[in-house]
Amino acid sequence: MAVSQLVGAKIHRREDPRLITGHGRYTDDLTRTGLVHLAVVRSPHAHARIKSIGVEAAKKSPGVLGVFTAQDFKDIIAGPATHPVAPVFAPDKKVNPPRYPIAREEVCYQGEPVAVVVAEQRYQAADAAQLVDVEYDPLPAVMEIEEAMKPGSPKAHTDQPDNIAWDATYVPWEATEEAFKTADVVVKQRILQRRLSPNAIESRVVMAEYDPFDKRLTMWMSTQNPHWIRLFVSGALGMGEHSVRVVSHDVGGGFGSKISPYPEDYLVPAVSKLVERPVKWTETRTEAVQNAYAGRGQIYDVEASAKKDGTLLGMRVTQLLDCGAYIGTFGAFQTCACLLAGGAYKWKAISSRSIGVLTNKITTDPYRGAGRPEATHVAERMIDLLAVELKMDPVELRRKNFPAKEEFPFTQNFGLVMDSGDYNASLDKALKLFGYDQMRREQAEARKQGKLVGIGLSTWIEICGLGPGAVTGPATGGVVLSESAQVKVHPAGGVSIYVGTHNHGQGNDTTHAQIAADALGVPIEQIDIRHGDTNEGPGFGYGTYGSRTLAVGGVAINRACAKVVEKGKKVAAHILEAAEEDIVFDQGKFHVKGAPDKSKAFGEVAFAAYGQLPAGLEQGLEAVAYFEPPNFVWPFGAHICAVEVDAETGNAQITKYVAVDDCGNIINPMIVDGQLHGGIAQSIGQALYEEMVYDQDGQLRSATFLDYTIPSMNEIPNIQLDRTITPSPTNELGVKGIGEAGTIAATAAIINAICDAVSPLGIKHVDMPATPDRLWNQIKEARK
Amino acid sequence: MKHKVAVTINGRKHEHEVEARLLLVHYLRDVVGLTGTHIGCDTSQCGACTIHVDGKAIKSCTMFAVQADGRNLTTIEGLAKEGKLHPIQQAFWDEHGLQCGYCTPGFIMAAAYLLEQNPNPTEDEIRRGLEGNLCRCTGYVNIVKSVQSAAKVMGGASTTAGRSAVTAGGE
Repeated sequence: MAVSQLVGAKIHRREDPRLITGHGRYTDDLTRTGLVHLAVVRSPHAHARIKSIGVEAAKKSPGVLGVFTAQDFKDIIAGPATHPVAPVFAPDKKVNPPRYPIAREEVCYQGEPVAVVVAEQRYQAADAAQLVDVEYDPLPAVMEIEEAMKPGSPKAHTDQPDNIAWDATYVPWEATEEAFKTADVVVKQRILQRRLSPNAIESRVVMAEYDPFDKRLTMWMSTQNPHWIRLFVSGALGMGEHSVRVVSHDVGGGFGSKISPYPEDYLVPAVSKLVERPVKWTETRTEAVQNAYAGRGQIYDVEASAKKDGTLLGMRVTQLLDCGAYIGTFGAFQTCACLLAGGAYKWKAISSRSIGVLTNKITTDPYRGAGRPEATHVAERMIDLLAVELKMDPVELRRKNFPAKEEFPFTQNFGLVMDSGDYNASLDKALKLFGYDQMRREQAEARKQGKLVGIGLSTWIEICGLGPGAVTGPATGGVVLSESAQVKVHPAGGVSIYVGTHNHGQGNDTTHAQIAADALGVPIEQIDIRHGDTNEGPGFGYGTYGSRTLAVGGVAINRACAKVVEKGKKVAAHILEAAEEDIVFDQGKFHVKGAPDKSKAFGEVAFAAYGQLPAGLEQGLEAVAYFEPPNFVWPFGAHICAVEVDAETGNAQITKYVAVDDCGNIINPMIVDGQLHGGIAQSIGQALYEEMVYDQDGQLRSATFLDYTIPSMNEIPNIQLDRTITPSPTNELGVKGIGEAGTIAATAAIINAICDAVSPLGIKHVDMPATPDRLWNQIKEARK
Repeated sequence: MKHKVAVTINGRKHEHEVEARLLLVHYLRDVVGLTGTHIGCDTSQCGACTIHVDGKAIKSCTMFAVQADGRNLTTIEGLAKEGKLHPIQQAFWDEHGLQCGYCTPGFIMAAAYLLEQNPNPTEDEIRRGLEGNLCRCTGYVNIVKSVQSAAKVMGGASTTAGRSAVTAGGE
């Protein structure tokens, strides 16, 4: 690439001026002439049979255009009315209940749509929804994973044989027999990953307009991957993708909850077809907490063994994954924890098994990190439990078992190739920044005074940059997660770039422009980055999730720019009257080899590209590139946390938090730091506060921000960051991903610190969220 | 039954007939067409809908439009003057105080009020002063920095920049 000018620089975000002045274009900010509003009538029961639905009173309510139930969609949504997306990544599908956008006879989670109401005004739709009279016959709900696994347990769906969605062993237990037989130390632990509600501050919104004459559908919505939604919705509505346009301008956060399709994604356009008006549905927060695909919801049973010198031997992991009422479209991706539970360490052998279990709750699906925070938590907790048994410093135990820098690319236990790493370097830097030795001395002093002070580490790794087709293809039934970009250079030299990824806060509009500015050697102001409109750019875009946008999408941009430069050389050769192979492109200029003064600027070549050209050379200066990565990329780092636990209140206070992370080459350091801050804060939320709580009948008791605690400013400490840079060999930019790193890393550091703090009381393990009441009870028990 | 509402928003007078139950935030967004004020929850927790009413920061989801009758309102759209960003807006841009941007207008309006009340706040005072606003993206680290940086630029005691759009001390 051209000499780097903008890559690596702190460039102010170009998307910010509209966002800080109130001129963003979030979906609920948009309207259409003749717009009507949709409200969803939802099941109040976790499990019930629908006896009858009375719609007459609602139909008579002021402003109402229609009330629709499952039978009204029979001829509109294909199938009839089946949710058209088969879950992917599931290791096998024993029980895979069909999902309908709207319930027909049986509701299987609280919040499942039963009817929709359309009215002229927002409040009228909400009023009328209250008047829909649904009579239910309640059925027993199955809410707990282990309960659901028992033979004879109530079934989440009455028409299915049982609740086991899958039961897959990746490596059998015999493979680790030797590693446990020869061990000096074995530790066992059950580790909980409770259900989390993603809670992007913008809830989901869908607006659809069906044009009955041109037979075209346009949808504006809050999504992370508009092309996938177009594929799913066009299929379900029996329309070609060419006649469906999905637009997703500004999106107020995603965190994974805006990847998979939702019932409303089908219902809103279908209703627009029925009433021949543009229709908007705006989710309330309570609807969002109840119905947004939840994160985590897993139980891990783990054992790990080591020699007394600290050499790690074997690990056995069983993952019990609460699928909810239906297998999420990408929910089974979370089984990747079974392949990554060994973390950053060399193990002789690892066995793992995943069991997916259906319950009467909202579906689980990827939530920031998806499978990798869980794997990190397992690995880092087990290392600390071993360190306690071995009476070793947790730093030393980690160091002893890291692959050395020279061993990369390193093939881990499940055959995945970790592309690059220098785990000691990030740990060294973090220890220094934290003042580890001094902090340990202070801890010893504090303990003498009876204080519960702890220090915890997380030397995390991550697999991201989805993904190489050779790996994702077999796991998804052929879906390859490459990425596309189109670069159009206009005659006067302006550049429009269309990307298949999406920007919902990651700052891609800026970082992508930085990459292109360097690759094309043109000023960044001359480049417009466009995303989120399926009518623009390449035929398909794969979207933003899994920390893939830069390492896959960024590379596609770079390659499309390279194609443009190649074409530019042909044009330059023509106007410079030189041979094409003699043309050199350097910092935005094309010149003849050995004669830098004989040159043409990028803009001159662009103009010439649309003029008279020799035979065989087409007009135009534009290119499309798709990039399918040859491997995943593997960021890593070291987080160190200090906590003080108040034995009288159970409150755990983070007193210091240090993170040294490595995501390869950096395009914009300001944005990298921001992603880490946010990721760590979300992880603090999981470690200390967040949990979706249901009662035994399936009623969600944490359905608002009053009951579901997402951290405010007061709960998040100042976070000290630093970095190391180990370029990735997987792509020519040398980049990895950073969007999920903070969330993947931090729970383990915090919980390890809390466990260290309460260890003088004989407590070995603390589960998340380590809320004051839970910690207080655990301390009280320990003191008995 | 509809009720007459006459308000001044960002210096311009507006008059409408509205239902008594219409929330102020829905009035701003759906009736007046000022969509910079956002809605993030339904229990008055998130602060995305924060605006100024007679110079005081309030959550506009927790007030009816009819209660704003005769009042002077400032929304995020009214903060920049003559094409020049308010120092708090500039600081959020400079310090990367936003990511998805959805909570940002509420934070900026709440911060503007905070700095009016306390032109030179400590970090702790910033954190306590803005605890009624939720952000899921930034971890708040750069929001705190943005407010600190704005306070510095606004020169501590001088609050003219922040007050130009509002009638201070309305009550």
